[in-house]
Amino acid sequence: MWNYIKLIVLGLIALLAMIGANYGRDLAYQVNFITIALAALATFVFVLRQTGEPVEPTDETQYMDDVIRAGVIATSGWAVVGFLVGTTIAFQLAFPQLNFEWAQGYLNFGKLRPLHTSAVIFAFGGTALITTSFYVVQRTSAARLWGGNLAWFVFWGYQLFIVLAATGYILGATQSKEYAEPEWYVDLWLTVVWLSYLAVFIGTLMKRREPHIYVANWFYLSFIITVAMLHVFNNLSIPVSVFGSKSVQVFSGVQDAMTQWWYGHNAVGFFLTAGFLGMMYYFIPKQAERPVFSYKLSIIHFWALIFIYIWAGPHHLHYTALPDWASTLGMVFSIVLWMPSWGGMINGLMTLAGAWDKLRTDPIIRMMVISVGFYGMSTFEGPMMSIRAVNSLSHYTDWTIGHVHSGALGWNGMITFGALYFLVPKLWNKASLYSLSLVSWHFWLATIGIILYAASMWVTGIMEGLMWREVDANGFLVNSFADTVAAKFPMYVVRGLGGVLYLTGGIIMCYNLWMTVRRAPAVQASNQFVPAE
Amino acid sequence: METYTLLRQFADSWMLLALFAFFIGMIVWVMRPGATKVYRDIAEIPFRHEDKPAPPVRDTQEI
Repeated sequence: MWNYIKLIVLGLIALLAMIGANYGRDLAYQVNFITIALAALATFVFVLRQTGEPVEPTDETQYMDDVIRAGVIATSGWAVVGFLVGTTIAFQLAFPQLNFEWAQGYLNFGKLRPLHTSAVIFAFGGTALITTSFYVVQRTSAARLWGGNLAWFVFWGYQLFIVLAATGYILGATQSKEYAEPEWYVDLWLTVVWLSYLAVFIGTLMKRREPHIYVANWFYLSFIITVAMLHVFNNLSIPVSVFGSKSVQVFSGVQDAMTQWWYGHNAVGFFLTAGFLGMMYYFIPKQAERPVFSYKLSIIHFWALIFIYIWAGPHHLHYTALPDWASTLGMVFSIVLWMPSWGGMINGLMTLAGAWDKLRTDPIIRMMVISVGFYGMSTFEGPMMSIRAVNSLSHYTDWTIGHVHSGALGWNGMITFGALYFLVPKLWNKASLYSLSLVSWHFWLATIGIILYAASMWVTGIMEGLMWREVDANGFLVNSFADTVAAKFPMYVVRGLGGVLYLTGGIIMCYNLWMTVRRAPAVQASNQFVPAE
Repeated sequence: METYTLLRQFADSWMLLALFAFFIGMIVWVMRPGATKVYRDIAEIPFRHEDKPAPPVRDTQEI
């Protein structure tokens, strides 16, 4: 019966999407709605083939791992895509000829840049968060995922969101809000998917068989709830037409800017920090085979982080129409954030206390440790840059881009790689990874890549900031904007090379994971029998 | 009174106090006597149910 309802709904969605595509007023809308129709039809066929078949009861004595396997594959794939687009646009900045004439309006820097940021943050990072949270919440709650196939809906729904957003960007659908570019119908779809995600997560927590909710789940849960809130408020907009992708924001002027950076900075705080801290608090203890350094500290870390992060957004708007008291508030809270961030970093690093020798033998632990190291570094750099005086030099320069990448490549990237290396042998029942030396290769390529990236961006950012403010004896500006662009060329090439190294590391990881699934020896059956000796 | 002024006054006084009290209360609660023993057990959660969910009866485990 339930299947028939699903078929009717899916059929209606496909029909309405095709009607929408037919009446669509712009290309992005038409392509997006054809994509929706195809997705609905594919799901329709999938449900149809199961209708009337005997239903196997779900096995509550097993974890639901198939959706996690799919998530691991998608995360690895999106990693390479995101890094590839990033490296491409890095070279487009160094060599403008790479904005090819034949692809003008589609594949030039302006179009590819949001594609890159969304591919790495939402496709790679988001899929990694959903995947690992499903893994962690089951293991630490000792319960199977709640909601049966709802977890699959979350996975595929999120992938559909990524595809809609990406094709929309290339074809020109954007609401021009940084990290919140997708237009209104994609936002609505993400809201549906995200609430389902929340339901699966909370449902699993509610049927947990451990009396306590492990701290990693607290971080994951705060990430899910806060992102839902941020997403809804920052995307309050009214479409110009139901048959067009264009929409108009409800807020305007400085209110809109403040909402955007309240969203933008908490996307960093809760998506890229809280969620990934959930990973840290599970995978580092697991890989180090010892419990977290201080559970008390982890609780204080959690509450301090969420109490303070939410106020830090206004530091993106120094020297703007935003009232001074608001940007001072943002600055002060950003500086206060030093404490919980470093508390968390110490907690992660000290988990290895007494097991530091593992750094020599286990490249996965090495990856996780350097990731926490980069977390500490970028959470030191960020508050410093939020200070108004520093910000007057750093804002609008490449220093900001360098800061973001030391956090994203160093902290988010490395902890995710560590989690993937941990997960694949577990999920495919393998005794170990295909090759640890390839992990070492990945580690060093990625690390050197980040160092090239961050160092070149510090140099070019500070140089650029100083050149912009340089005045001669008569008070005239010394440099034109084009002078700074010309001076930045060598650093742009170095940055691009850093990207190439990081991308190469990602490809090596995919090869290694693939060969682990294909070739690595399976785990010996452990049937609890002790041989009679 | 204007809504903004009203909300602003509330935010600057009672709400601020409530949030601050919650925060301090949390730190005190974490440091409560006997907490170390409880948290040592909780920190072991990731090492307990690696492969399979726990069986439905839960009378076997307690803190």
